[in-house]
Amino acid sequence: MSKLPKSDEYFSKIKHDKTSGAEWMDTPTVIREGMFCYAAKPASVETLGLPFPREWNPLHEDWKLPENWKEIIHKGFRDRLERFRSFKVFMDICVRCGACSDKCHFFIGTGDPKNMPVVRAELLRSVYRNDFTKVGKILGKLGGARELTLDVLKEWWYYMFQCTECRRCSVFCPYGIDTAEITMMGRELLNLLGLNIDWIATPVSNCYKTGNHMGIQPHAFKDMLDFFVDEIEEVTGVLVEPQFNKKGADILFITPSGDVFGDPGTYTCMGYMILLHYLKVKYGLNITWSTYASEGGNFGLFTSNEVMKRLNAKMYAEAKRLGVKWILGGECGHMWRVINQYMGTMNGPADFLEEPVNPITGTKFENAKSTKMVHIVEFTADLIKHGKLDLDPARNDHLKVTFHDSCNPARGMGMLDEPRYVIKNVCNNFYEMPRNCIREQTFCCGSGSGLNASEDMELRLAGGLPRANAVKYVHDKHGVNMMACICAIDRAVFPPLMEYWVPEVDVTGLHEMVANALIIPGEKEKTVDLRGEDILDKEKVGTDEFYTRPSFSGR
Amino acid sequence: MSTKYMYSLIAVIVLVLLAYVGVEAAGLQIFFGVVIPYLAIITFVGGFIYRVMEWSRSPVPFRIPTTCGQQKSLPWIKHDKVDNPFTAVGVVIRMFLEILFFRSLFRNTKCELSEGGKISYRWEKWLWLFSLAFHWSFLVVLIRHLRFFLEPVPASLQFLEKIDGFVQVGLPGLFLSGAVLLVAAVFLFLRRVYIPQVRYISLAADFFPLFLIISVALSGILMRYFAKVDIVGAKELTMGLATFHPTIPEGIGGIFYVHVFLVSVLLAYFPFSKLMHLGGVFLSPTRNLPNNTRAYRHINPWNPPVKVHTYQEYEDDFRERMIEAGLPVEKEL
Amino acid sequence: MSIQLVNLLEQKKTTIVKKWFDLVVETYQPDTSQFLKSRKDAFANPVGNCISQNLGPLFDELISKMNYETTRSFLFPIIRVRAVQPTFSSSQAIAFVFSLKEIIRENLKKEIREKQVADDLLLFESKIDGLGLIAFDIFMECREKVYSIKANEERKRTFSAFERAGLITEIPANRSSLS
Ligand code: SF4
Ligand code: SF4
Repeated sequence: MSKLPKSDEYFSKIKHDKTSGAEWMDTPTVIREGMFCYAAKPASVETLGLPFPREWNPLHEDWKLPENWKEIIHKGFRDRLERFRSFKVFMDICVRCGACSDKCHFFIGTGDPKNMPVVRAELLRSVYRNDFTKVGKILGKLGGARELTLDVLKEWWYYMFQCTECRRCSVFCPYGIDTAEITMMGRELLNLLGLNIDWIATPVSNCYKTGNHMGIQPHAFKDMLDFFVDEIEEVTGVLVEPQFNKKGADILFITPSGDVFGDPGTYTCMGYMILLHYLKVKYGLNITWSTYASEGGNFGLFTSNEVMKRLNAKMYAEAKRLGVKWILGGECGHMWRVINQYMGTMNGPADFLEEPVNPITGTKFENAKSTKMVHIVEFTADLIKHGKLDLDPARNDHLKVTFHDSCNPARGMGMLDEPRYVIKNVCNNFYEMPRNCIREQTFCCGSGSGLNASEDMELRLAGGLPRANAVKYVHDKHGVNMMACICAIDRAVFPPLMEYWVPEVDVTGLHEMVANALIIPGEKEKTVDLRGEDILDKEKVGTDEFYTRPSFSGR
Repeated sequence: MSTKYMYSLIAVIVLVLLAYVGVEAAGLQIFFGVVIPYLAIITFVGGFIYRVMEWSRSPVPFRIPTTCGQQKSLPWIKHDKVDNPFTAVGVVIRMFLEILFFRSLFRNTKCELSEGGKISYRWEKWLWLFSLAFHWSFLVVLIRHLRFFLEPVPASLQFLEKIDGFVQVGLPGLFLSGAVLLVAAVFLFLRRVYIPQVRYISLAADFFPLFLIISVALSGILMRYFAKVDIVGAKELTMGLATFHPTIPEGIGGIFYVHVFLVSVLLAYFPFSKLMHLGGVFLSPTRNLPNNTRAYRHINPWNPPVKVHTYQEYEDDFRERMIEAGLPVEKEL
Repeated sequence: MSIQLVNLLEQKKTTIVKKWFDLVVETYQPDTSQFLKSRKDAFANPVGNCISQNLGPLFDELISKMNYETTRSFLFPIIRVRAVQPTFSSSQAIAFVFSLKEIIRENLKKEIREKQVADDLLLFESKIDGLGLIAFDIFMECREKVYSIKANEERKRTFSAFERAGLITEIPANRSSLS
């Protein structure tokens, strides 16, 4: 019998080249649709006064680079080696043990080996060896060194914007090498050539000018909150009265604008408003919003340390102008990495503020005594612990909740148990995802660090797969229908991610649940939650049936 | 066959031949027994110090520990003092666990989902175990070799040798550390060849030190157990080096010089390679800093002045609309 | 399909499915495919896990009734992953279905030569073709989902919130170009 035809004769195009043994340096990078974000618009780059604003397209051959781009990068590289010990040490000490290699959600989800954290770092390291070490220069490719060429630059750009700076790799590295830090340096270098993405550059320039990423002007900001006032009244029968730019308030409240302008963050925002109202009528606490510092988030973190500082400066400036005692910060991930690890250093000392004390409970927030900014979850946890909030967790009985640790609060701060404490006090059904994808080992949403555009949806969906997969597990096992998180980017990006992978699960902020459980003085009988969804009828279904002792299953 | 490790292998073989032929055929005992070791030591010490100084010259602008546990916040929330240190003591313990026990590698767990949907965690121990075995046995071997540079040999050293040699195999007794070192190094090598992910990221520079160490260990073992090199003569030479009265005793045999030469190469190569992770791990800002920036301000020596968009500029942009919307302003129209 | 072929395939199921699994993961780059193969952790390796969990039942379905719904339910998770991995072209994303033919031919060489099952095999192969069509449907469905998510994300989030608030007219011009 004649030889059977092999399908690969027909499908040679379908099969991947068997590049076994090929080295990553020899594998050319192809920039693929769906995996990258569009280039920054010149107007946004210009607003910030950053170099080389121009129209350019990543898919085009010509990136319209300045003539001396190599020199600029070389100088920028040297500069950063001299200014950041982290960068210098991380360039030198990786032993390529591979412990980090399979820890990145982008590698796991996309299957692209250049998304292994160590390779991402090697993209820069190879050029470092060539340009800054003698051994590398002599040994060349054998020593893992290569020259900076246009293709290398493009590869940098492609993969520096396929890293969400989540730091998961850093947890597993025996030397703590943080690929997120290397990505940040890489992005700073790319910014020297005007190679940013629009999803970062435009929010940054908006934030710079109007105070928030969405570019919402002060009156619209107020309109939006006024609108929430109506919605809240409809659901609870209570009229809340947020104050703006109020001089002499006790506390300034700053939250990411994503919560003000995007669903389902808007419900979290209403949650804050209800809580602040409650504290005002019950305890006379005077908290103000600001339209100038109307952005907690800081996409400057994804641009360069200077830009981060420029945006962050508004928080202290506004607190000083209004004469508040301290600042309360809303639920956001990267915002809190900035506040926890950068703000005091960059724009402090905040000696015009007081060391934060919760006036209701008397608790001193010792851990925030220099930065003078307290996380609202720390604040709420403290209130609950002291029995200062009237809560009826049964009002969240229609929810079976799991909690997603957002990368930055987890690995750039360590806020792990406070949110869990709050959740367990405001709802009765709480289920943890498996231990190796929560807490410090949490999987990223796949859309962080400014990659939450729409054009790179494939990247986001693939990168979010490890997280969604764990959510699916608790959904299948426990019937979880709600994923709580304390990050505005999460609230924005999880709905599409869930729609693709686990459509049965919705997304909520913590304070939406808090507000739903909160018994507000003068409220009417609640039948629906903030989203207008029916609250489970307590008479019909005994709560016991639903009550499962919340536990830290993974610990 | 990967060129990556072929080149490294060839390089090491050449080194071995160089020393052997140099001593046995060309009679370059002084060169290989005195000059090279001294040069190597100087390069090692000088290079090491230089590298560490270079690193320390770059400041640490931000305090960026990777937090791997609960932060210190409210008093009733259990703070993970080691994985998320707030004080210097916490940092020291964290570093101690990291450096002596490779805590981060230890963290590698694998979680398995059985048919019934039950989760179990398994610990991915091999990399951790063999790295630990490798580094610890290396250290023991190193300490044991102090006997060649000290006279009289301190009791503590003799004690260590006793423990190390407790499995009494062969004559002279087998030192466990040497055997473990060899096995672990071979494992680390095979790992690089057989696990595709690791092969993908490996460079020639990753194979070279492994081959070097393997051949150092092999030549050492060969010398002690098979070639039975004249130990008294060897010690005479090393003592000479240590006391700066170098001598070349007769008849020590080429293999000894090969061993010394390979060690010298390793020492000289050390500061210019990834082996510097020994020094670097102490300087890693994600591990050696406490997570307490909110309580104690960290200073950035080059904190750059930046242009900000002030409230006044902002109000100028929007004053009219702000007034219209009933928002308070600093300056009326 | 005759009992004879079904029995044969059932006997060889383990080998065939194992080979099939290998072929599917080998559509990834070799460094990745080893990871997909070796790491048996449903959470750290969702892709590999999803493939290995579904191929077996899918094969069972093929040699029995091949109920549309059940077949789809096993095929869906695998294709859903491949539909968002842009290293695959559309054909690459579903080609693995057809590789099954090849594997079976390899494994039934002797039986085919002895002409025991040749006719049945043709029948079985058309079942695989059917599977390919289902795969195509799923793939398209997933892609359409991706596109609709892409297109609607901005509207769903921001615009709906604005709309509810009656602020829709006030969106600054530069935002719309971002959606
Ligand atoms: S874990 Fe650290 S040392 Fe190991 S390869 Fe990754 S970055 Fe390098
Ligand atoms: S920081 Fe996160 S996204 Fe970036 S390489 Fe590490 S694991 Fe991947």
